[in-house]
Amino acid sequence: MALVFDIGIVSLLIAIGAWMIMARDTLVAVIIFVVYGLLMSIAWVRLSAVDVALTEAAIGSGITGMLLLSAAARLRQTEGAGARPSFPVCVAAGSLCALISAGLAGVVLLPADVAPTLAPLAVANLADTGLENPVAGVLFAYRALDTLLEKVVLLLALLGVWSLGSDRAWGGAPALGAYVPPNDILVFFAQVLPPIGIVFAAYMTWTGASHPGGAFQGGTVLAVMWLLVMMAGVARAPPISSTKVRWLLVAGPALFLAVGFLGFVIAAGFLAYPVDYAKALIVLIEIALALSIGVTLALLAAGPPERTLQP
Amino acid sequence: MSTASVATTSSGYLLVLAVMWPVIGILLSFVVSGRQIERLAWIVLPVGLVIAGATLIAVTQAGQSQIYVVGNWAPPLGIALRADGISVAMMMATAIVICVTGVFAHGEFSQPPGGPEERAPVVFWVLLFAIWSALNALVLGSDLFNLYVALELLTFAAVPLVCLKGKKETVEAALRYMLFALIGSVLYLLGAAMIYGAYGTLDIRLLSERGHAEPATLIAASLMTIGLLAKTALVPLHLWLPPAHAGAPAPGSAMLSALVVKGSFFVIIRIWFDAMPDLLSFRAAQLLGALGAAAILLGSVLALRQQRLKLLIAYSTIAQIGYLFFVFPLAAGLATGVAWSGIAWTASWLQLFSHAFAKAAMFMAAGLIAEALGHDRIAELGGIGRKLPITMLAFALSGLSLVGVPPSGGFSAKWLLLLATVMEGQWWWAVVIVLGGLLAGGYIFMVLGRLLASPTEVPALQAPVSRWRECAALSLAICAVLLGIWPLQSSDFLFIGR
Repeated sequence: MALVFDIGIVSLLIAIGAWMIMARDTLVAVIIFVVYGLLMSIAWVRLSAVDVALTEAAIGSGITGMLLLSAAARLRQTEGAGARPSFPVCVAAGSLCALISAGLAGVVLLPADVAPTLAPLAVANLADTGLENPVAGVLFAYRALDTLLEKVVLLLALLGVWSLGSDRAWGGAPALGAYVPPNDILVFFAQVLPPIGIVFAAYMTWTGASHPGGAFQGGTVLAVMWLLVMMAGVARAPPISSTKVRWLLVAGPALFLAVGFLGFVIAAGFLAYPVDYAKALIVLIEIALALSIGVTLALLAAGPPERTLQP
Repeated sequence: MSTASVATTSSGYLLVLAVMWPVIGILLSFVVSGRQIERLAWIVLPVGLVIAGATLIAVTQAGQSQIYVVGNWAPPLGIALRADGISVAMMMATAIVICVTGVFAHGEFSQPPGGPEERAPVVFWVLLFAIWSALNALVLGSDLFNLYVALELLTFAAVPLVCLKGKKETVEAALRYMLFALIGSVLYLLGAAMIYGAYGTLDIRLLSERGHAEPATLIAASLMTIGLLAKTALVPLHLWLPPAHAGAPAPGSAMLSALVVKGSFFVIIRIWFDAMPDLLSFRAAQLLGALGAAAILLGSVLALRQQRLKLLIAYSTIAQIGYLFFVFPLAAGLATGVAWSGIAWTASWLQLFSHAFAKAAMFMAAGLIAEALGHDRIAELGGIGRKLPITMLAFALSGLSLVGVPPSGGFSAKWLLLLATVMEGQWWWAVVIVLGGLLAGGYIFMVLGRLLASPTEVPALQAPVSRWRECAALSLAICAVLLGIWPLQSSDFLFIGR
């Protein structure tokens, strides 16, 4: 029965993937992409990778889908009949896809005799971190340096988006007008959903230490809720010069870095935690990170500042 | 070396500071007001320089790599930072170029007093900190995924720098750059995933023990290398570079051309010389060398045909990057102790550092000229050298290093490379090196001739040029020259840790 289900998912994925490539209308293609992402997350669940499934649904399908939708909406006026990509571009895209497919095929078809993995080692050392979710152990203990630097990358990406605004708009607020004109249904959802979403985000962040979930997934839910509120016009997007926004952006990475340096004094070194307080410190970092990630992702999707600050 | 011996060394904490110190600057920049960011830079820059210097001293005095095991989780489960000879050399060169760039950018990227916070200065200083942190993370990283994160940090610091002026064509150049860089990232990540699938570790030292030349490893290494070549802008993946490097503001171009493209090159070296030394077959090395040769010839010929100074310098970068790839055919015998491989190794690093200093100086000089004249059309530069003698001297000295005229770092590098080609019987590279030098002479003297010309009417300056910004450019050009009289015996530290 499980095999039938898996085969069904895989064939559906291939069919939807082909449909996405064949779709001529950008907006249609983006919508298919979102569906594809949701199906992918089911596939990840079938592979017992629940953390990946959550991330795929939230980032791969959710935020990315939203960004693509807004891009498609902006491109709609310029999209004409003669806008087909040129032949060399098609060839380049095709060969790139072939290259990546060949790489992936290589991973599958040329396996090592015994597929080596660090998973047992990651689980065996989990006790020292106080965590029960090995994925959290990788993200916040074993490879905490990568996670910390990734958060800095996220901040830089936001700064890059902000820098695209005009000189005059610097310090102003994102316009966020390109998606849909506010309407009653949107306003209704923007008033009803956020309380539920915030509780859900808090739970996701909190449970990440023991179960699938964590700061990134929780932060994404927060971001989506805030975007909904801003898009419906229930609350205006804040100006990017707002001190509150700036502090929220850096709170997570700054706390992470501070705890990292504290490790020199109270633990075995940079980004090490004292065994007794490891879990408490990590949960604290995750809460701050969830807030920062939520604000960063929402502002990333909101785009560069367009309205100047009213004095 | 066994796995158990990976432990933090006495000066290991310096490696953490090198990566994290600029990050503190980034985070603080978000919460302090615009005018304070530049003041912050005057703390971040000198302290960062001291950290780089202290690391250099620690590694050379110990005579072995300095290691920091992050979070006390030893590889393969955790990540270690490792500083060997080439890492500290890169760190030092990066620190010097970044600090001088900071001095040069003062004024151009200062917040005007009184008014509201401005866009470009805020973005510029944060990106400068980010490039520094990313490059330190790249040269100190010893884990393929950690290097991926560092590459992403570098990409997201470099791309906004290209369109800092906010003009339409620079946004287009930045987008094209981002497309190449992100495709590069995907290919690199795919290769890294394959390596993990095959060996169960991403740690470079462990891979060099466990890895062996099999099809999967070769495919993985090739994918990673193609991705990195796109970021390094080696021919034929160079199309993004000229508009990007020419479109950025002068201090940005200086960092992009001098440092950023070297970051991804450094990772290629890590893969082929450190992680998978068995994989570098004669054919693979010749292929990389051939791409380098193509880059030298194509880049130089295109540089000769440019009408705008900044574009000429950008094409020259494509050519000068080509020389770096001779390290693969000429230093391939490094692991097995072939004598001339060592010479080629030293020469390649000398080329990298002298190009970094010379190209940063040249972009700064070009920026000053463009600022003074209001344009950078080569045909109309006549006689500007009389008005800006220090700038002209900076341009001339850095140009001589690029051409390879003694005494200069560029001369020593190219001379040693020539010797290595002859001694190793790979004369075909010598032809390209000589031709490349002649072509570089052509485009440099084309510009110098204009600068030195004595026209009937000396052009009027549109804007005053500050003396110390000229001196900043000159100081880097002098660094490039000084590398040429540096005693070669003291470059033994480039072999620490291998």
